[in-house]
Amino acid sequence: MAKGDPGGTTRGRRAAPRSRKSAAGDPELVQLLTPEGERIESVTGPDGNEYRVDFTDEEYRGLYRDLVLVRKLDAEATALQRQGELGIWASLLGQEAAQVGSGRALRTQDMAFPTYREHGVLYCRGIDPIMPLGLFRGVDQGGWDPNEFKFNMYTIVIGAQTLHATGYAMGITMDGKTGTDDGEAVIAYFGDGATSQGDVNEAFVWAGVFNAPMVFFCQNNQYAISEPLERQTRIPLYQRAAGFGFPGIRVDGNDVLATYAVTRTALDNARHGQGPSLIEAYTYRMGAHTTSDDPTRYRIASEVEAWQAKDPIARVRAFLEKQQIADADFFAEVDEQARRESVHLRERVLAMPNPEPVTMFDHVYPNGSPLLDEQRAQFSRYMESFEGSAH
Amino acid sequence: MATETLTLGKALNTGLRRALENDPKVIIMGEDVGKLGGVFRITDGLQKDFGDQRVIDTPLAESGIIGTAVGLAIRGFRPVCEIQFDGFVYPAYDQIVSQVAKMHYRSRGKLSIPMVIRIPFGGGIGAVEHHSESPEAYFAHTAGLKVVSCANPQDAYVMIQQAIASDDPIVFLEPKRRYWEKGQVDLDAPLSDAYPLHSARVVRPGTDVTVLAYGPMVRTCLEAATAAAEDGRELEVIDLRSLSPLDLAAAYESVKRTGRAVVVHEAPSNIGLGAELAARITEECFYSLESPVLRVTGFDTPYPAARVEEEYLPDLDRVLDAVDRTFGW
Repeated sequence: MAKGDPGGTTRGRRAAPRSRKSAAGDPELVQLLTPEGERIESVTGPDGNEYRVDFTDEEYRGLYRDLVLVRKLDAEATALQRQGELGIWASLLGQEAAQVGSGRALRTQDMAFPTYREHGVLYCRGIDPIMPLGLFRGVDQGGWDPNEFKFNMYTIVIGAQTLHATGYAMGITMDGKTGTDDGEAVIAYFGDGATSQGDVNEAFVWAGVFNAPMVFFCQNNQYAISEPLERQTRIPLYQRAAGFGFPGIRVDGNDVLATYAVTRTALDNARHGQGPSLIEAYTYRMGAHTTSDDPTRYRIASEVEAWQAKDPIARVRAFLEKQQIADADFFAEVDEQARRESVHLRERVLAMPNPEPVTMFDHVYPNGSPLLDEQRAQFSRYMESFEGSAH
Repeated sequence: MATETLTLGKALNTGLRRALENDPKVIIMGEDVGKLGGVFRITDGLQKDFGDQRVIDTPLAESGIIGTAVGLAIRGFRPVCEIQFDGFVYPAYDQIVSQVAKMHYRSRGKLSIPMVIRIPFGGGIGAVEHHSESPEAYFAHTAGLKVVSCANPQDAYVMIQQAIASDDPIVFLEPKRRYWEKGQVDLDAPLSDAYPLHSARVVRPGTDVTVLAYGPMVRTCLEAATAAAEDGRELEVIDLRSLSPLDLAAAYESVKRTGRAVVVHEAPSNIGLGAELAARITEECFYSLESPVLRVTGFDTPYPAARVEEEYLPDLDRVLDAVDRTFGW
């Protein structure tokens, strides 16, 4: 790629962009930024849609900052678990582009239904990254207000949230909030393993017959804990959509630009009343399923190395450098911000108080329950019986 | 006062109609609830009058019914879900137990799921397998759910409206063999003055034995009480109405007078509602008891073939047999 003229306009600095029918080597994969950091101006997907992004330099730098920050915060959480400060952690390592690309594609009014690994989407929704750490530390079971941030609670039962997302999307239609530019849409996150669940398939059926304004966003990270994709499916996952009567597309999930473009198009189609679609973000879980897992038992190092070469952050950095959109000072400043925020996160996790035991009785029912009132009172008396003793 | 004679099924239908009229956020979802009006006609005519956006025929998938209703509830709707038969609720069990029941708790009160899950339950209609079950213990055992059952048309009309108005998720068990039984229903009584949803009620006062029942067995126990009275024995019959939470104040007061208690339900005895009732009555009324608390229940078999269900189900004679046994201790 030729170096542009550093004194020219933003666009003039760029190498002549190219258009493609699809990514090199994989005719099914929508890609706008190659692993080497080569920018593809637009891609006509197998669905006939033309995918492109038109970001300012500031926006490109913003995406890079998001990617670095969510990776750093995620690494800090993994470290906190290793040091005994979290019970468990489900790392997003390797899936930053899939999450930041789709998360930034959401408009303010859109609603997201995550699994338990969408820390990057959570970050994009403006939620304090400390929030999920309460869940994994064991001091609460979530914490943010789903309706305030338009980001539902994490859901641990695999695939259950896809039905919640579908119902919420049906409600958008019933409220008459589709058909305009400011219409609402829903995104449902799930993984390759979840596609085998009944709930996910029921969600596909419902979304189809009710024309629900939503996007099914499957992060195919190739593994359901230890089981490879071949144990879940005989066909590419995105092709499943055809059987349910709506479009499906596969995007390079390690390409933040393509993920953004594909998700934004799908969400906008949904908000305009064109119904659901399925996006398969083709990516790789670089780390373990959770900190309790040992991936060396079921996958080989060369496979991990091959995906390392497709790293979602390295390619954005290469692009920014080649195009002189960012300089060394910028990268240093982002690293420093990430370091600062992760230190701050660590300090706040360590300061998280354990809940008062009696609070376990709170919020079981909106209207309360006499049985719980009785048990709470008994428990309190029991606890008080220890006061003053040397236990 | 507009009092009408209605079947229990029609009373539910009228209560649902009233709820749809009173709150535009109330929606009904289920299999065949639209044009058909449900296989028991409990939603008869509602789609015609309220439209297919409020009375929604769903795909044939129970987990989908409950799971999408969770999303609709998060969106601000008040879904009333019909599960067609008791034995078909299990595909939705995960959504009910892990999602509906826990959402308010997990969110520390930020989300409520004001959902009613209507389930026709129990036997006695000569049905094939999976159509006669009594799954109440599964739900009563689950924190975060409330479970109620109506036993007569007046309660059916009022309780379904109270359940829909409640912000708690409620499993509403309808005694399907009693759908066609008639009773007087006061259609004008304001909901705000109604007898509380989660309160038990003494439906027949008596002095000799306390009999606890709910749903379809209340009538059976009332018939047993009539028969017992002819033999000079006065049974006090309590309709529990709420299975979770249980309201046992009246039961404790009663058992302290009678010294004897019999619990009656169609569900199997092992680890059932009767066990909880026996334990709590024993704990609270220990010094008043003249006999152990006895249970009259279905057997611990799968629900049997219809031609033997009359032998499986508790009936007047089995209730009276247990009453007699409480005097033999």
